[in-house]
Amino acid sequence: MELLAVFLPLIAFAIAGLFGKKIGDKGCQFITCAAVIIAALSSISLFFNVAYGGTAYTTVLADWINSGDFHIKWALRIDTLSVVMMCVINIVSACVHVYSIGYMSHDEAKGRFMAYLSLFTFAMLMLVTSDNLLQLFFGWEGVGLASYLLIGFWNHKESANAAAQKAFIVNRVGDFGLALGMMAIFVIFGTIQFDAIFSQVPEMAETYFTFLGGEYHALTIIGLLLFIGAIGKSAQLGLHTWLPDAMEGPTPVSALIHAATMVTAGVFLVARMSPLYEFAPDALMVVTVVGATTAFVAATIGLTQFDIKRVIAYSTMSQLGYMFFALGVSAYGAAMFHLMTHAFFKALLFLGAGSVIHAMSDEQDMRKMGGIWKKIPITYGLMWVGSLALAGIPPFAGYFSKDIVLEAAWADGTWFGHYAYYMGIAAAFMTAFYSWRLLLMTFHGKPRASEKVMSHVHESPTVMLGPLVVLAAGALFAGMVFYQGFVGSAGHHGDDHGTAHVEAEHHGEEEHGDTHEPVVIHDEGAEVIHAAEDGEEEHHAEDFVLSKETFWNQSIQVLAANDTVEAAHNVPKWVKYLPLVMGLLGISLAYVFYMFRPNAPSVTVTSFKELHTLFYNKWFFDEIYHHVFTKTAFLLGLFFWKFGDKKIIDGYGPDGSASVSNKVANLMSRFQSGYVYQYAFMMMIAVIGLISWFVFKGSSAGGAL
Amino acid sequence: MVDFPVLSLMTFLPLVGVLIILAIRGDEEVVAQNTKHMALYVSLFTFAFALFMFTRFDGTSAEFQFVEQSSWLKPLGINYHMGVDGISIFFILLSAFLTPVCILSAWDVVKTRVKEFMIAFLVLESFMIGTFVALDAVLFYVFFEGVLIPMFLIIGVWGGKRRVYSAYKFFLFTLLGSVLMLVGLLALYSETGTTDMPTLMEANIPIGLQYWLWLAFFASFAVKMPMWPVHTWLPDAHVEAPTAGSVILAGVLLKMGGYGFLRFSLPMFPDASAFFVDFVFWLSIIAIIYTSLVALVQEDMKKLIAYSSVAHMGFVTLGLFTATTQGIEGGIFQMLSHGLISGALFLCVGVVYDRLHTREISRYGGIVKNMPKYATVFMILMLGSVGLPGTSGFVGEFLVLLGAFQVDTTVAAFAATGVIFGAAYMLLLYRRVIFGPRVNDDALSMKDLNMRELGLLVPLVILIIWLGVFPSVVMDKISPSVEKLITNYNARSAVSIEPAAGSAQHDHLEGKQ
Repeated sequence: MELLAVFLPLIAFAIAGLFGKKIGDKGCQFITCAAVIIAALSSISLFFNVAYGGTAYTTVLADWINSGDFHIKWALRIDTLSVVMMCVINIVSACVHVYSIGYMSHDEAKGRFMAYLSLFTFAMLMLVTSDNLLQLFFGWEGVGLASYLLIGFWNHKESANAAAQKAFIVNRVGDFGLALGMMAIFVIFGTIQFDAIFSQVPEMAETYFTFLGGEYHALTIIGLLLFIGAIGKSAQLGLHTWLPDAMEGPTPVSALIHAATMVTAGVFLVARMSPLYEFAPDALMVVTVVGATTAFVAATIGLTQFDIKRVIAYSTMSQLGYMFFALGVSAYGAAMFHLMTHAFFKALLFLGAGSVIHAMSDEQDMRKMGGIWKKIPITYGLMWVGSLALAGIPPFAGYFSKDIVLEAAWADGTWFGHYAYYMGIAAAFMTAFYSWRLLLMTFHGKPRASEKVMSHVHESPTVMLGPLVVLAAGALFAGMVFYQGFVGSAGHHGDDHGTAHVEAEHHGEEEHGDTHEPVVIHDEGAEVIHAAEDGEEEHHAEDFVLSKETFWNQSIQVLAANDTVEAAHNVPKWVKYLPLVMGLLGISLAYVFYMFRPNAPSVTVTSFKELHTLFYNKWFFDEIYHHVFTKTAFLLGLFFWKFGDKKIIDGYGPDGSASVSNKVANLMSRFQSGYVYQYAFMMMIAVIGLISWFVFKGSSAGGAL
Repeated sequence: MVDFPVLSLMTFLPLVGVLIILAIRGDEEVVAQNTKHMALYVSLFTFAFALFMFTRFDGTSAEFQFVEQSSWLKPLGINYHMGVDGISIFFILLSAFLTPVCILSAWDVVKTRVKEFMIAFLVLESFMIGTFVALDAVLFYVFFEGVLIPMFLIIGVWGGKRRVYSAYKFFLFTLLGSVLMLVGLLALYSETGTTDMPTLMEANIPIGLQYWLWLAFFASFAVKMPMWPVHTWLPDAHVEAPTAGSVILAGVLLKMGGYGFLRFSLPMFPDASAFFVDFVFWLSIIAIIYTSLVALVQEDMKKLIAYSSVAHMGFVTLGLFTATTQGIEGGIFQMLSHGLISGALFLCVGVVYDRLHTREISRYGGIVKNMPKYATVFMILMLGSVGLPGTSGFVGEFLVLLGAFQVDTTVAAFAATGVIFGAAYMLLLYRRVIFGPRVNDDALSMKDLNMRELGLLVPLVILIIWLGVFPSVVMDKISPSVEKLITNYNARSAVSIEPAAGSAQHDHLEGKQ
């Protein structure tokens, strides 16, 4: 089953890539779509087998690298964490594959496009099913490659090529950190296989090691290095500049790679490494602060952009920030929950935007849209569903996941948890505002496009709307249905979200005995006890109660003291309701600005000139990086080449000695024809001469010995 | 095991081919045609021989195999001694594999002095294989330096406009190294009374002498690698060399320096190697960062790839001198992988050079449209060069860094930045040549790869991916010999230099039990 789910996309890629010409565009579309749909169905079946009371397992495929005590195998690790990811990837990918048949129908390289999509899907699946860090890295770079290929898919556009290159190189900076983190893990743990690492983590909790000349807490360093990788891949503040540019790619790519799946790889990485992060609180603090700040900053930029895809891109970045601060406060389940719901509604928004762009004859600027909602009512309705989910309005999926994330941040009780909460609240307000700004600017008001464009506006074909409906179903129901599993409390299964809660002591002591609770490692005093040690495996089947513990089944691990998801059920009421209130306020304000008081935006912009300039120019990250890094690298390169190589090394080396020896050479010009024959010949004579001297000298020396 | 002198046969078979080619007579056209075929068959036959040897090779043993030994310069105790172990066998395969590739690549391209060209290549092959099978230092030296002669000729006769300058530079640099190595060899002989390499690897050479010997040999190997700052001959040599010359230069000749480190510096002078380890590390790091940045601003495709070779060889020297299993195995793997990848990259440059007669990057652009197959092959090679997992380039690079990290995290961190720069210059090259604005009409009318070119490049591409996914085919056979090398190294450098051990600057990890 897992072989089908992972390797079908690879096979489809190989067929479409190698024989694309022979089987034609239709053949490529059929094969890739069929493969990914079957893979998606397999993943769903795996999900229900593994996450609902099943057991995790690993399928070993082959040896990869063996070098000394470094052993790596190709293997597929199937546990709840990976099957959740597999479902998200394969379902969204299947939708995007089918959607692309319609969206790319005017393109001349349909086969190649489908092949790349399948390649991406395969790489992403390898990433999430890896049982060691190196295979994860394989998938990690593989998705980077697919992203590079797809951003630059329209390679006749210089801007697309530049964006593709930027994405690859910026991600390489992150990979640099990830690779170092991996090496540090190998040095500390002697392995980079997940289970082997995790089993050693508690005893390594107090290890220190020397890094870059200083003495540091090993797990913190590892956590931070891995997080650098996550920052790059998931476009967190600092290494985020590639994501908005990545919108140069075709819209289905943005939906699949730059919203639903690849950019969440960083979140997955931290969740996967949760047993390690649990013992690196300082690293988690950094994760929280970076995530919360990203959520806020990205939202501020999203307020001011006019390109419909860029608005959604910044929104993605902002939502990823939510996931990271959830991870940072140890609410891994909540982060994964938000990852899952976000995949649905954000893919929906992107594909919906694609449908709009398609209808508007490839126009992406919202200033040139407007007044089209009656012409494309289905797209309009589906965009509403996506926006409601994004803004966190019940009963849409985003409401459940965003709320639990924010509640967990509050429940963490630390300064950075509170910082994350307030940043998240502010971002929630802005999210609602820019979502409705997008809806109103795009669909309402007077048409601002040319007559010609307007006369062409048409609803998308079924092949594009079908996938949107599937995603909309996810955006509607995924939150309600999976709440209990992802973040639900063992004591309170049911729809009592936001009301009742359990006393911490009650939970810790009593339920411990009778509900199977293997996820939580109880950290009472200094002791670390595996709850699963209590040996109630046999009760498992009959006592199966769906809770986050049984659901995750140890694929993520949280110290009991850090179990903020549990504590999130007990936060004060105002903490629970504030996000919703802010969301509604944001929506209302957007109506005021873009429907009832059309001059309000310009008035605001002029009265907050400096802030608007800052936001509109994306806080000037691109400009700063360009000057500090790109320019410097090229200048240094020129300097080393012209000055280092030519002036110094050659100048004092061969050329210098050449000019000196020229005079001598002139005298010897009879011998020196300038042809290499002569040099070679002289060289040979010299060698023979030296050897004969050596023979002579050697024989006498030999006598002496 | 086999009961005939397989190594000698393999080494001298190309020379037999040379004799036959010399005997070919007739008018020029016919001679050229026959010579080409003859050279191709001989080189293919040699490759078949190498493969045969590979199938008989016992990959679990660290010992030298197929050993041949007979008296050569009797009064001196210098023997004709050959043998193969896990370290050398893949270099032999690489040489034997790339020679027919080179001959084929020159098939329609070299039009003048075809006969001499083929002779030069067969002599070169013979010497390359000789270098890797020789187990006597004098024999090694003869082959090692002998390689330069056909290479001089290939650059000097069939090269570009500034071939004389390049050949002169090449000559000057390597001469410097050769002379010092020869002096070192003499000193080594007068100290130990033998030139037998396996014996020397066991010999205990006084520390004071080790330093000097290490430096003498280092001079030669560093030039060959080439290491910074004696690398400047390489870009010029590559630029002027014909395509086949560049392929073999990058593919095999650059590996001889690394091979020398493995055969001489590390096993014979372990104390000196440990003493100079930081020196080598920092030269390697400078090579990686400095030449990567230089590669970034190149306008000539061949120069860019040449500079990238220096950077990649920086990873090799770094890995070898970590004296860790991962570092050394990674270094060896990186050499093999680089031989395939850069060889194929130079072939790719040759493909467009043959069509447009320029290597200037800005003369191309947008050729993905008219050359989709070429674009695909070039893409895979580019990814191999930047070390994408799943290609052979990744395995070597990663293992080297892993080895380095165990010894010194700072060194590893600096070296790892090369991974970022590598992506920068290769992606930029690819973007400017393959994508980019379509401005040069002549570039846009170039034909896609023909069958001969595909036949050359596709096997290389398959090998690069295959070794990236299943490197253990190679690694498992390398590791017994490497383990032996490391065991020896550790045993001996620990015994003789107690106080100097600190200078190796091992960053210890305190918590590890």
